[in-house]
Amino acid sequence: MQIGILYSRIRKDEKLLLSELRERGHDVTKIDVRKHQFGLDGTTAPVDDLDVVVDRCLATSRSLYATRFIESYGVPVVNSSETAEICADKAKNSLALAEAGVRTPETKVAFTKESAMEAIEAFGYPCVLKPVVGSWGRLMAKIDSRSAAEAILEHKATLGHYEHKVFYVQEFVEKPGRDIRVLATDGEPVAAMTRSSEHWLTNAAKGGETEEFELDDEALELVKKASDAVGGGLLGVDLMETGDSYTVHEVNHTVEFKALNEATEVDVPAVVVDWLESKATEKTAAEAVV
Amino acid sequence: MTEAECAECGATLDLADDLETGEIIDCGTCGAELEVIDVNPPVLERAPELEEDWGE
Repeated sequence: MQIGILYSRIRKDEKLLLSELRERGHDVTKIDVRKHQFGLDGTTAPVDDLDVVVDRCLATSRSLYATRFIESYGVPVVNSSETAEICADKAKNSLALAEAGVRTPETKVAFTKESAMEAIEAFGYPCVLKPVVGSWGRLMAKIDSRSAAEAILEHKATLGHYEHKVFYVQEFVEKPGRDIRVLATDGEPVAAMTRSSEHWLTNAAKGGETEEFELDDEALELVKKASDAVGGGLLGVDLMETGDSYTVHEVNHTVEFKALNEATEVDVPAVVVDWLESKATEKTAAEAVV
Repeated sequence: MTEAECAECGATLDLADDLETGEIIDCGTCGAELEVIDVNPPVLERAPELEEDWGE
């Protein structure tokens, strides 16, 4: 198949994908979004003959716009701009999960310091304040007291980008020192791992220790529902254990999987490429019908 | 294994054979993040700084 990789940085994840695609003899076109223009009637990017484009943009803003433009040229993109739009924004992500009936932490969004403080006080301490856009656990605050809340809100309002003036306040979930990352393709799990840390943030990017995790029936169903809620695709679904159940706190759309690949026996890039091949086949079949 | 020069400190870096344009390399001498601009021959430049909206 003819496959495009949309990127602005090649991380180990992209190298794993590129390697697998080339080993299988696919024709790979790397598209550095920094070097192209995207117009209403076409782009300088070489997308015309591609069966599918995989969005691996590190920058959320680039991911959102480039995928939308490429779709407008009639080229399928994974993940779709619709999925990216929901997953890139924690508030939209939470709404999509709640609307689909997926259990997710209680969340409030406020637009002023005063209103955010009311939300924080209503949650009680500790609670969590997150940027609506961001990753790798950056600028996440666990708020333990009113004085800490006042300081953080003041800093965000004064120093932040306008998106940091959208205050996303969430209940603090007492998880058992770990959370669960599931990589899934259209809701079908590829593999899952726990990320453990003594720190309240357990992200692999923050140094959380990883271990393969076997999903039970409830988790499998949640992953499928969470994937459907955001429009499907190649996704990282993050769950936390809450006693005998789970809560889904986030679905990631340009998911990193190098840590998972090392934690599991599953050949993650191989399964992902299997799925990409099925996507390209769907496109070919659709064209044959037309 | 090929070699290239760090754009920050000038140290010589040993690079893997499967180098990709767009890949980020850390200089073992000065710690700078370097982006692979070309692979044949390898050319390295200082990588762009991370921004808040970067990541998964």
